[in-house]
Amino acid sequence: MSSRLISPIVAGTFMVCVVAMSVHGAGLPANAPAPAAAVVKGTVKFQGTAPKAMHIDMSADPKCVQAHPGGGSTEDIVADASGGLENVIVYVSQGLGDAKFDPPTEPAVIEQKGCMYKPHVVALRANQTLKVVNADGTTHNIHPSPNNNRELNQTQPPGVPLSMTFAREEIAIPVKCNIHPWMHSYIAVFKHPFFAVTGKGGSFEIENLPPGNYTITAWHEKLGTSIQKITVGESETKGLEFVFKAQPGS
Amino acid sequence: MRTKIVLANGVAVLVLLLSSLGSFGQQSHIGKLTGNAKQGKELYRRYCIFCHGPYGDGTGENAPYLDPKPRDFTKATFKCRSTPSGSLPLDSDLYDTISRGVHGSGMPSWRPLTHQQRADLVAYVKSFSARFEEEKPATSLAIPPEPPNSADSAKRGAESFQSMNCWQCHGQEGRGNGPSAKTLTDSKGYPIAPFDLTSGLQLKCGDSPQAMFRDLMTGLDGTPMPSFADALKPEEAWDLVHYVETLRAGSKKAGHIKIEQIEPKGE
Repeated sequence: MSSRLISPIVAGTFMVCVVAMSVHGAGLPANAPAPAAAVVKGTVKFQGTAPKAMHIDMSADPKCVQAHPGGGSTEDIVADASGGLENVIVYVSQGLGDAKFDPPTEPAVIEQKGCMYKPHVVALRANQTLKVVNADGTTHNIHPSPNNNRELNQTQPPGVPLSMTFAREEIAIPVKCNIHPWMHSYIAVFKHPFFAVTGKGGSFEIENLPPGNYTITAWHEKLGTSIQKITVGESETKGLEFVFKAQPGS
Repeated sequence: MRTKIVLANGVAVLVLLLSSLGSFGQQSHIGKLTGNAKQGKELYRRYCIFCHGPYGDGTGENAPYLDPKPRDFTKATFKCRSTPSGSLPLDSDLYDTISRGVHGSGMPSWRPLTHQQRADLVAYVKSFSARFEEEKPATSLAIPPEPPNSADSAKRGAESFQSMNCWQCHGQEGRGNGPSAKTLTDSKGYPIAPFDLTSGLQLKCGDSPQAMFRDLMTGLDGTPMPSFADALKPEEAWDLVHYVETLRAGSKKAGHIKIEQIEPKGE
């Protein structure tokens, strides 16, 4: 009786899967020669007057004071005179279907330098190695607090190599050093390669994007997210601009 | 189309049934004992639910009154482990925590329960997180024999206490009042104080030199206490244990409290 019941259910599963695949696979043919890829590039702007960076008192650790004799400054909102906003993660949040991508073999790097994280925001792929470098003369601990990945917390004395990986997509994991409580950073983990972190001037570029319809999200640690839908054709270079406004309290 | 929807629903029900069977099928293995989640659930609902809550997320009715908060089992993050930071604990780690209790928290020792009951509870606790079905715990830490506890060893440990920045949280004299002490939070964002090593109070995960060595090397996950596995050689970690023992020995309370370990008979 039970086997008679199950077999149509199993057959049904296959049918549902086939239907699902034909819908999801529309944007990305699996093994067909890839059409010439598109590029999405642009800038992220901060509208209004960016809040001034806060002073960081590093006097608790003399080694940190050596790197910043006058004290450090916070990096949570970094915008230049024309509003170009740094440390924004711009990424494809929808439109890739179920396409799978192998992580690159070369590692992403985060450095602890002058008792600050460099870069302040690092984006990498799921299961890609994150090389953690301690360039300081003092001991740090690197403590990511993920929701969707395993939490870990490692001490790193000067010069000792350390690396870690994150298995699942998560945007973005807060990272801190408990020894130096002013040290904050974010690690964004993606299951696909279509992301960028804005640098000086707030510029970004996402390359090798197959033609199709996408949702592009810009994420900032303090200012939240902004979403736009775009369509890119073969070999197209699409311009895109995101604007974040000052928020009360930021 | 309608049949397809019905079939899809049937599949969903089947998947749900299978997954619920999966959590009830969760087992634990501690030495020769095999614990079963089904029996563990009955015990949990009698003894644990008031703090850890019906869903194992640490929000039982007593939770608002407790500091530190009851563990959220759905995250599968545990302080007292013999496995590296970020890894799942061994079944025996959870069993030891249930048996020993967590000193300085609301979690008592459950030695009055039988070995089998504790093993059943371990199996049920594991069923709250899918991680126990998806991942395997990493290899547990090897604890080499303790070298002689000498003044020289403690002195070397004192140097590591400085260079490893232990004092930033635990304070120069180990009183838990370092410059970063007031800034610390646990993984849920609740304030957490670094341990006052001079208090003579029992350590969270056990007081033996081996337990201290283990906690240094694996870290207390979910708290700011990191792992030193990549930072200290085993002999350096032993030196640090010896130094911390000198801080603890200064207290009148140290060694004063002896808790008789009650084990049920006939096991």
